[in-house]
Amino acid sequence: MTLFRDDGIVLRTQKLGEADRIITLLTRRQGRVRAVARGIRRTKSKFGARLEPFSHVDVEFFARGGELIGRGLPLCTQVETITAYGSGIVTDYARYTAGTTMLETAERFTEHEGEPALQQYLLLVGGLRTLSGAEHDPRLVLDAFLLRSLAVNGYAPSFEACAQCGMPGPNRFFSVVSGGVVCGQCRVPGSVVPSAESLELLGALLAGDWERADSAEDRYCREGSGIVAAYLQWHLERGLRSLRFVENGAALNRSRL
Amino acid sequence: MYEGVVQDLIDELGRLPGVGPKSAQRIAFHILQADPADVRRLTHVLAEVKDKVRFCTVCGNVAQAERCRVCQDPRRDPAVICVVEEPKDVVAIERTREFRGRYHILGGAISPIEGVGPDDLRIRELLARLADGTVTELILATDPNLEGEATATYLARMVKPMGLKVTRLASGLPVGGDLEYADEVTLGRAFEGRRLLDV
Repeated sequence: MTLFRDDGIVLRTQKLGEADRIITLLTRRQGRVRAVARGIRRTKSKFGARLEPFSHVDVEFFARGGELIGRGLPLCTQVETITAYGSGIVTDYARYTAGTTMLETAERFTEHEGEPALQQYLLLVGGLRTLSGAEHDPRLVLDAFLLRSLAVNGYAPSFEACAQCGMPGPNRFFSVVSGGVVCGQCRVPGSVVPSAESLELLGALLAGDWERADSAEDRYCREGSGIVAAYLQWHLERGLRSLRFVENGAALNRSRL
Repeated sequence: MYEGVVQDLIDELGRLPGVGPKSAQRIAFHILQADPADVRRLTHVLAEVKDKVRFCTVCGNVAQAERCRVCQDPRRDPAVICVVEEPKDVVAIERTREFRGRYHILGGAISPIEGVGPDDLRIRELLARLADGTVTELILATDPNLEGEATATYLARMVKPMGLKVTRLASGLPVGGDLEYADEVTLGRAFEGRRLLDV
């Protein structure tokens, strides 16, 4: 019978029984946590809209044993909103689809419940803040988040020096299997030759150089997104469900322009 | 294990949602002890529900004929369509007796994380209904949660070129609650949508 307190981002909610939900959060100290919010679906619930996906919240958990993860799911007892990013994201379909992909990626990279993932958490908070502030193209925000998630989990791709022998760049060939760009000597079958501008864009996104990223042309953004998606799916081993809807959203936006 | 048909009944009941093995056993023995007429009525309804119930070809609600009762009713205003996620939302709105238009059931909400996209919902059918120009107002009554809001945003953007009036159900404070316990998002919405008190 222990109370825990932590702040986190709501990644996903699932219905449970008559009026409850299982909330999946990425927390600052405990990593990914699943907890039950009792009665949350009733209109007069004390939780209200606080535990919707994209919300950054301060939560108190009640766990049966001495540890948060272990004996059954903990209960959410009190919730305070820190920032509700959802309201800035849901008003735009492209932002919504990019945002859900960010949540799914964060969930997939934190495989083990209760294992701290501070860097992934900080990255997600920053990513959602940028996305809801509508400062940049949602697709670019998503790609930057995906690249940096790969980096904090130890899969950073190389866009300058050869990923195999370290020959200083720029290198022309990109190989998902080798972990980034490769030189003429190290290239393996299945390598692609993206345009230099796309590789430059991806490098800028990984490094956080928004000035350069924002000025990139649309076709290089599209090529870059394709490379990021292929690289991410290779390392996650399973495809992301929400990623294909992002592409639809982007296509729709383009057709309107 | 019980003999033959009793165990079969328990197994079948146990496949229903929310019914575990113990509840299934309890229901099975209740049926065994019940009046034969009651049981016959139950089996009759069960058989009938699968035979007779269809989905309305216009709005997608459950119906006994090709079209549901609301779509058949000439007194219902064909110029207003209320878009909801599930048939049970229609029942909830009908209980208010406020709405005299017709419905459109989407069959869910857009949720990329669950793999549900716009093509999995009855959005194409909705656009087809709007095409002939009789509809002047579209009320978006999807759930007031994140997926519902996203679906409403998506629909609003899709029908914008058609130039009809698109409205969204208001959100705010539940009647009979305390202001103190309202969450920031809901209270913020209530402020946004406050109205003039005409006395």
